[in-house]
Amino acid sequence: MSKTETLLNTLAQKGEDALIGYFPAGYPTMSDSVEACVAMCESGIDILELGVPYSDPVMDGLVIQVATEQALANGFKLNGFFELLKEISSRVDTPVLVMSYWNPILQYGVERFAKDLKGAGGAGLITPDLIPDEATDWLKFSDELDLDRVFMATPSSSQERLNQVARLSRGFIYAVSTMGITGAREDLDAKARGVVSGVKSTTTKVPVCVGIGISTAEQVSEVNSYADGAIVGSVFIKAYRDGGVEELKKTVRKLKGGK
Amino acid sequence: MTAKTNLREQDGPYFGDYGGRFVPESLIAALDQLEEVYSQAKADPSFAKELDELNQTYVGRPSIITEVPKFAALAGDIRVFLKREDLNHTGSHKINNVIGQALLAKRMGKKRIIAETGAGQHGVASATAAALFGLECVVYMGEVDTQRQALNVARMKLLGAEVIPVTTGSRTLKDAINEALRDWVANVDDTHYLLGTVAGPHPFPTIVRDFHSVIGREARDQMLNDFGFLPDVVAACVGGGSNAIGLFHAFLDDEEVALWGFEAAGEGMDTMRHAATLSKGKVGVLHGAKSYMLQDEDGQTIESHSISAGLDYPGVGPEHSWLKDLNRAQYFGISDDEAMQALRALSQTEGIIPAIETAHALAGVIKYGSTLPSGATVLLNLSGRGDKDMETVGKYFGFLE
Repeated sequence: MSKTETLLNTLAQKGEDALIGYFPAGYPTMSDSVEACVAMCESGIDILELGVPYSDPVMDGLVIQVATEQALANGFKLNGFFELLKEISSRVDTPVLVMSYWNPILQYGVERFAKDLKGAGGAGLITPDLIPDEATDWLKFSDELDLDRVFMATPSSSQERLNQVARLSRGFIYAVSTMGITGAREDLDAKARGVVSGVKSTTTKVPVCVGIGISTAEQVSEVNSYADGAIVGSVFIKAYRDGGVEELKKTVRKLKGGK
Repeated sequence: MTAKTNLREQDGPYFGDYGGRFVPESLIAALDQLEEVYSQAKADPSFAKELDELNQTYVGRPSIITEVPKFAALAGDIRVFLKREDLNHTGSHKINNVIGQALLAKRMGKKRIIAETGAGQHGVASATAAALFGLECVVYMGEVDTQRQALNVARMKLLGAEVIPVTTGSRTLKDAINEALRDWVANVDDTHYLLGTVAGPHPFPTIVRDFHSVIGREARDQMLNDFGFLPDVVAACVGGGSNAIGLFHAFLDDEEVALWGFEAAGEGMDTMRHAATLSKGKVGVLHGAKSYMLQDEDGQTIESHSISAGLDYPGVGPEHSWLKDLNRAQYFGISDDEAMQALRALSQTEGIIPAIETAHALAGVIKYGSTLPSGATVLLNLSGRGDKDMETVGKYFGFLE
């Protein structure tokens, strides 16, 4: 079984909340992002979602767009990315899932990307603009290398599509809490519960985590009451942007201790 | 290509290896709904009737064909015919697609449309359709383009649309599409994304092509009925590729008719500042479809450059990529200056002021017309009129000093 699934199941059995934290590689520089990611892991996130900066991030709100634009402007390149991943995964035990839009992977080569990801200690891949229908190559190589592959489940997905996502995801299933892009929202959409129960009604044993719009400890706690984890991104970037590693650590601790 | 082909029958999701739906799961239900409603509309005679009536009584179809002998003389011993999409209501071919998609939006019960625009022609057409059908309209436009096409911004606002300048990325058409996609992801329940070109996820490349294919159907009939022959060459400019596909489509299976597409070579094909996606790009995924695109070795989109906002796009519709690989269509680059000289040439030889986008096709005919045998005939899509470009043109030729 996937290390990510084992971890989420263990947390659930112990009655602990699971917190998945996003941070973009190369933001603001390659070495700064390593320190930020390690600090997040050491401060209590359970799974790291490491973003690959991309020129056209259609699922991301302004906070992440600005951060990833800065990473690209500061020279982010895929050939340094796997070393960065290797350094993070050698310093912490936290599973690291890479979040990337599809074109960078396509250009690098799907098989080569999967192998280098595995070689650098990555647990798998979250693909915001790759639906299972278009993922033939990725399904094949992730199976061969036993990598997590996280697909999205959304409030507009039909039950048939939820079944497909549940059947083909490994590690966890990314339930989109509201129709929208990343960025903090005041009220978490009740639709999140609907998506989670739609996925849970399938035969899947894969955990379901909820993301998009989560910014407070209360929301993390609420999400964990009906799902297997909460995914947080923009708030961590804001904290780092405004107060560096110390503020980032403080924010992780605050969100992790949500109850 | 010896056997009779049936390229015209090819619909999405894939054109060869190209096309598909590389989008967030959040949009799949809306794309499915659009495909379903479009397929119902196609089977419903009342839809075609309503569209035909609007084309005749509102758009001004059929658009005429004008032969331009003095312009043709610049290109050699050939005859040149213009399909006058510039005479459509709102001044370009863009209205064809907009009227069709607005009718689909109505069928889906969606009250709000969003659109991206580069030169502003698609934005103006969308704002026009929104006014006509009583829909709320938001147009995303790169901040750079709002400045170089200020007149079109004013037109959209006058028509009642909200124009949102996009300040992320390169602040041009590509970023306007990103922003429109973000809006759509968030508001998909009540909003239709009225995509303006033959790019994007399935079913857009097929739907947009179908609504523009009236250009080629009319032109093919007009050539046969009024002149008694099919042209040797059919030519159009290519940004995303909607006017080109609109004209090409009726001729895809006429093997004796060559198809020429002209992309923006900007400051030159050997510089980094161009928008010649098919000539210089590599296959990748951008804005939901697999196609040729301008990108670096990491798959990051490279910013395009063209004096023409409407061609300033680093991607291209998947059907063009397919036609290129099949060698059914040829694509060439035309520089900013070649386009501007051709714009002035048509204005001064024939009294027709074309859009800068369209001028790329005119320049292409001047440049490559001499390779054709004596007496050859070229049908060119005069996709838009140049009024919107007068500031750029005035500065370029020093008329405004």
